[in-house]
Amino acid sequence: MRLTVRGGRVVDPASGIDRVADLHVAKGRVVGLGDLPEGFTADRVVDAAGLVVCPGLVDLRARLREPGLETKTTIAQETRAAAAGGITTLCCPPDTEPVVDTRAVVELIHQRAARAGMARVEVVGALTQGLQGQRLAEMGGLQKAGCVGVGNASQPVTSTEVMRLAMQYAATFGLTVFLEPQDPWLSAGRNAHDGAMATRLGLSGAPECAETVALARDLLLVEATGVRAHFGHLSTARGVQMVAEAQARGLPVSADVGVHHLYLTDADLSGFDARCHVSPPLRTGADRGGLRAGVARGVLGAVTSDHQPHEVDAKQNPFGATDVGISGLETLLPLVLRLVAEGVTDLSGALAAVTSGPARILGLDRGTLAPGRVADLCVFDPEARWLVTEESLVSRGHNTPFLGWEMKGRVVCTLLAGRVVFERPPAPGR
Amino acid sequence: MRPSLQVDENGRLKHFLSTEGLSAPILTQILDTAESFVGVGERAVKKVPLLRGKTIVNLFFEPSTRTRTTFELAAKRLSADLLTINIAASSASKGESLLDTLRNLESMHCDMFVVRHPESGAAHFIAQHAAPHVSVLNAGDGRHAHPTQALLDMFTIRRLRGDFTRLRVAIVGDILHSRVARSEIHALTTLGAAEIRVVAPRTLVPAQVEGLGVRVFHDMQSGLKDVDVIVMLRLQKERMQGGLLPSEHEYFRFYGLTRERLALARPDALVMHPGPLNRGVEIASDVADGPSSVILQQVGYGIAVRMAVMSIILGSHAAGTAGGAH
Repeated sequence: MRLTVRGGRVVDPASGIDRVADLHVAKGRVVGLGDLPEGFTADRVVDAAGLVVCPGLVDLRARLREPGLETKTTIAQETRAAAAGGITTLCCPPDTEPVVDTRAVVELIHQRAARAGMARVEVVGALTQGLQGQRLAEMGGLQKAGCVGVGNASQPVTSTEVMRLAMQYAATFGLTVFLEPQDPWLSAGRNAHDGAMATRLGLSGAPECAETVALARDLLLVEATGVRAHFGHLSTARGVQMVAEAQARGLPVSADVGVHHLYLTDADLSGFDARCHVSPPLRTGADRGGLRAGVARGVLGAVTSDHQPHEVDAKQNPFGATDVGISGLETLLPLVLRLVAEGVTDLSGALAAVTSGPARILGLDRGTLAPGRVADLCVFDPEARWLVTEESLVSRGHNTPFLGWEMKGRVVCTLLAGRVVFERPPAPGR
Repeated sequence: MRPSLQVDENGRLKHFLSTEGLSAPILTQILDTAESFVGVGERAVKKVPLLRGKTIVNLFFEPSTRTRTTFELAAKRLSADLLTINIAASSASKGESLLDTLRNLESMHCDMFVVRHPESGAAHFIAQHAAPHVSVLNAGDGRHAHPTQALLDMFTIRRLRGDFTRLRVAIVGDILHSRVARSEIHALTTLGAAEIRVVAPRTLVPAQVEGLGVRVFHDMQSGLKDVDVIVMLRLQKERMQGGLLPSEHEYFRFYGLTRERLALARPDALVMHPGPLNRGVEIASDVADGPSSVILQQVGYGIAVRMAVMSIILGSHAAGTAGGAH
């Protein structure tokens, strides 16, 4: 299958390309930009006039709920949602049931994803067996089975010695450790930022130091062990500053932010809105500002959906009894584009945070449109306005506080290895 | 708290979830109505026929004796039919969801749920999901609100002092975990109290509590100086295990209300406590039983205040539906 994406504005942050050009694809790879390669005849032409063509999005953290939580959703369903959101690579944390601490679970996830054929699914293996924080997982075997790194998902490794040894062992295999810094004693059972809103609503608050204490410990252990580490979903301005200082010291560390932390704050909990019940909690306006600055300066190398789809019942309870998380695959791109509209960064910077940035963190040869690379593409209409409604979402999880928001920028077409995996029917009158 | 959830389009009380967001006229209406009910309990026939034919369900998801019984008495004295369900020992332990429990009770055509629940926001959640004909009265949700307790304290203060605008009120103790403190702060603010203080060690003061309009003190000497009302909060024994305090002994030594400390307040100061008392932990017996204490009066007024809230909500609701489909 040869395909030409014609006349779009090609934006490839990794190579600095930003110009209107035809993009040619053959055998699942990008074969040329601009001039037609010799002897190339397209079997299909995708008209991208007025549209942006960028690398398929890479999402560092998305729960697909399979295996074990199929009552919430499945890999097949959520990878369809990913395709509708322009995401071609997803990375899922190891907290499935059973946990990803054996080769069999890695293979099962890869097989289900391959059968669905809608997106590439990468797997972070467990750092400790059963994510219990006690015995090391078989990281070497998990790497052989195809894991892109190891981590403990949202479960704490409370023993500093176990964490140090786990980092040393991961470093033996050149594995990146994916950490979610939250001190267990300062965060367990707490479901809001420890500030004015938690006080008003009577919710137990996790203070800023719930994040920074854990981050400080782990940064020092990274320094001691030399492991490459990635810190997931920072929530505080201070945390961003600490990562920036560590990077300046030359430590091999990266970090990301869940996209909702760039827009919402603890003020959005008003009225006990359980759709805003996330972990780590939404914090202050100053934290949101610090996180945005972190994206703009590149300290935060990736913006993630932090996708956590739930069945309706999971959020139908008093605030503290609801499950945490937001269903976010399909709002990732428009929310990242909104950063451009709000002057946080330019288009190339915004797209880098969801393409080349996360690909680099995963150590994958993706997230760029350079000739010879796999043709994972996202074609979107930067001017299209749409309303987020339950009906507009492909994900089975409708748990998002962005319902009712008007978004600007919508995926028109998604290509996975040169194959169209999503195509939005043209809107009437367009 | 969006006031629209508590107040209907005609400005009438639909649910009573929190003192926050309710106007001074509404709070005053409740206090005035309670005044008319104070005498009912003193009559030979302790009943008025105001809510005959109405069904009120007490839904208690956590144990309570005092609050539950005063709500029961209030409903009975208004001639309502009453059902008390202790869910902690019932459906929830069988895995039934809160919404399913609600739907089942709604289908029995109840008019009001009186809800006590350990999660903050529970009454709010139930009000949002309840059928349109059902009103919700919050009898305490987590750390969030206990609005009838706050109003019975306002009622007590108003009866004995007449006016709020000159009053300095100190709330002493476990502010962090106290739904009573939060509801009192909002009620006192709305009713125009001159100064609201909270007095507690730093471990028991919630973050940025100043944002609610209070002054924070960490010692009794300055916190009680010249106040007109002292509200003592109950100290739960669990607080010692959580590391919030070293011991009951040390707590009493620094934050217990003794005669000596009471002398720092104005000579006619009132001492209040939402109960149950921990004598020798937050309050000395001679103060609890002394001339400044109005603790037992509070309990008696609690029934009148709860009657007032029930009759206002169900009365306005009946008036609302009279012009409707029937």
